[in-house]
Amino acid sequence: MTDLMLRPSRVSPVQRAAGTVLRSREVAVAAVLVAVILVTTLKSSSFLFSSDGWRDLLLTPCILVPLAIGQTVVIVTRNVDLSVGSVLGLTAYLTGRLFLDHPGLPIVAVFVIGMLAGAVLGAVNGVLVAFGKVPALVITLGTLYIYRGIFLTWAGSNRINASDMPEGFLNLGTASILTIPVLIIIALVVLAVVGYVLWTARGGRELYAIGSDPDAAKLYGLPVTRRVLTAFVVSGALAGLAGVVYTARYGTVSSGAGYGIELQAVGAAVIGGVAIFGGSGTVWGAAIGAFLLVTINRALPIVGIQDFWQQAVVGALIICAVVLDRVLSVRQARRLVEARELS
Amino acid sequence: MSGPANGGAALELRDVAKSFGSVVALKSGSLEVHPGSIHALVGENGAGKSTLVKIVAGVHRRDGGVFRLHGKDVDFGSTAESKHAGVAVIYQEPTLFPDLSVTENIFMGRQPLGRMRRIDRAAMYAEAESLFTRLGVSIDPRRPALGLSIADQQIIEIAKAISLDASLLIMDEPTAALSGVEVERLFAVARSLRDEGRALVFISHRFDEVFALCDTVTVMRDGAYISTDKIAETTVPEIVSRMVGREVAELFPKTPATIGEVVLEVEGLRRAGVFHDVSFTVRAGEIVGLAGLVGAGRSEIARAVFGVDRYDAGRVRLGGKQVAAHNPRAAIRAGMAFVPEDRRRQGLVTEGSVARNVAGVIRRGLSHAGLLTSAAENRAAGPWAGRLEVKTNALDAKAATMSGGNQQKVVIAKWLATQPRLLIIDEPTRGIDVGTKAEVHRLLSELAGQGMAIVMISSELPEVLGMADRVLVVCEGRITADLDRADATPEAVMHAATHAGGQASHGDEAPDDHDDHHDHDGATTTEVTA
Repeated sequence: MTDLMLRPSRVSPVQRAAGTVLRSREVAVAAVLVAVILVTTLKSSSFLFSSDGWRDLLLTPCILVPLAIGQTVVIVTRNVDLSVGSVLGLTAYLTGRLFLDHPGLPIVAVFVIGMLAGAVLGAVNGVLVAFGKVPALVITLGTLYIYRGIFLTWAGSNRINASDMPEGFLNLGTASILTIPVLIIIALVVLAVVGYVLWTARGGRELYAIGSDPDAAKLYGLPVTRRVLTAFVVSGALAGLAGVVYTARYGTVSSGAGYGIELQAVGAAVIGGVAIFGGSGTVWGAAIGAFLLVTINRALPIVGIQDFWQQAVVGALIICAVVLDRVLSVRQARRLVEARELS
Repeated sequence: MSGPANGGAALELRDVAKSFGSVVALKSGSLEVHPGSIHALVGENGAGKSTLVKIVAGVHRRDGGVFRLHGKDVDFGSTAESKHAGVAVIYQEPTLFPDLSVTENIFMGRQPLGRMRRIDRAAMYAEAESLFTRLGVSIDPRRPALGLSIADQQIIEIAKAISLDASLLIMDEPTAALSGVEVERLFAVARSLRDEGRALVFISHRFDEVFALCDTVTVMRDGAYISTDKIAETTVPEIVSRMVGREVAELFPKTPATIGEVVLEVEGLRRAGVFHDVSFTVRAGEIVGLAGLVGAGRSEIARAVFGVDRYDAGRVRLGGKQVAAHNPRAAIRAGMAFVPEDRRRQGLVTEGSVARNVAGVIRRGLSHAGLLTSAAENRAAGPWAGRLEVKTNALDAKAATMSGGNQQKVVIAKWLATQPRLLIIDEPTRGIDVGTKAEVHRLLSELAGQGMAIVMISSELPEVLGMADRVLVVCEGRITADLDRADATPEAVMHAATHAGGQASHGDEAPDDHDDHHDHDGATTTEVTA
């Protein structure tokens, strides 16, 4: 009886786990990250082995990581959110205003308000994309300018200074637990929660399904509109969180806050293996991608690479990641078709 | 235990109608399916079967008519609603999520949940395994759906439908891509579902399967209900004649033309997984019809000949000279023209003017010092548009604003301006009203009369039979029949189109792959005389 259509999996769970790990994009990107840290540390040992070096290594990505996570949730559904930089700016300024106008407001409340404000801005994107059936690229490009405009009008020539904010809040920027900065712990907790939901909740898996084939998702009867809307709300809320974190880290907010960071968030996700056409990739990968992007930016000057080439290296990294994905998937698809034909 | 008389129908459709804009897809569809029965739904391409299925599935909302499920009036606004009511549909084109594992594909949206509403993956994989065991296939439940063959994808769809525990299961040509063993397995599952008292609707073009599996058959034609019979009380020829129904000839004014020397020679064209051993010739003044079912590979062959898609092996020669593969510009230079199936998206720049569209391919010859003026375009386009009686008040009208028929004329004019020796035309009259249809037919006939070689792909059997000097029938990527005008009866074409292993009269028999199971040349399909 040769009626098997495909060979059964004869690999043991251990082998499978090992294979998955070895082939996974997350591990590959993490390896690049480790290599970058290693090379830079060899060049200048204080990059890693000084208390400042260690802290900066962990602290610098604390803004980009939540943005990359939010971006991943949206990209997985075959959309994109370009407005997160402006949302970050708005909520960063909002954080400062809250402390100025309502002294004595608990810090936790500020975090919650910041995230809620971001969620509302994200919901505007989501409603326009999900109900208006307009491409997310166009909608969020529009809201990028609109939100930035609101920010500039609201702030005027004012800026938030460290002296406007309570000591306890500013200390968050430097505080650490067991040498790990508190702000990155916040980002990692968010990462764990979102990663867990995407992996184990029906709604999370449906985001992947929608991005993998939107038409099939409709035929399946999945709640496409609601899920896409939710993805944008999550992205907005995380941008709001990043805004509060931004204020805590830098202590000052000027009108340029978060300018252009949306592209870094997209870049981090892509480097981390999130397919730009949706359906695949994880927040773990995106977070490691964010770490890599931020760390490379800090490492290249130390290694002695010129300013111009620093930008080019990041660009090359993104292009390599995408080309690699494309080449691998085309080859795999072709091999599978031919194997089927010969069998 | 199949008793249509006892108890109510699982599904009852009466005089259901559906139009898309001005196109009537379904005039009066009727269907009554009982529990414990496998009901065949047959009809030509475009008879309205798929529209009917989509109405039951909740993809489309009907414009009128009765729609009852287990005796209750229903009106589904979404696929989720129909799914909830116990309807499972296996579509002609599998609809899977390529990035997700096959297990996730089966259970998406209703995964088994463990504590705290988290997905219980172990249970999910176990259930997928048991589904596959029941279907008698061995597929790794963890592998992604990406790269699965159509047959395997179809199996996933079936597993999905079974796991839904549906009371009504509709299968829209589930066997089109399956080989004999796979079909047998599917039938065993279908029979066991029937014996559990479920209602099944089976859409197929393979009559041997219909007669082997089903107990009742409903025929549709031109969007309307024709008849319902017990399988035991009818025959294949009877069904075929009801499907074809109308008189051919009259509509199609094919004038005899003198057949000249060979213009196009295609030899051993092959593309893995799409078509195999495709060889044919077309002579000057000849119209060769490519007939076959939707998805048989006709358009793919045409696209490969014209160089839009690549091919793995074979040769294309035009007027004795080889044409470079995968290079449409070389094909155009050699004298080929290709009117694609989807004229709005592939044939026209819909935002451009008529003149710009017509002059589109010859623009190089019109430009002076690299500049192309509207005046030059209008001068070049005028005669062609006039000759084809493109009904538009001005050459600068946007192509998008014209009717389908006139758009098609613009696409044809565009190619005639290049003065081709070979015209490949895919579905020349799809979505075109009857009057313009006749004009397009007359035009093709005229062109052939002037010595042009024409390859016409059409899913409308009467069109093929009326227009073509010779009919090549494509089935599952192979040419299964080469019929002269005199021999090309509806029955003969339908037979070849539905029997892959049928009358392979052209070229030599597949020398490359001689595999005995899950093959594509369908040697396992049993013969039925039509």
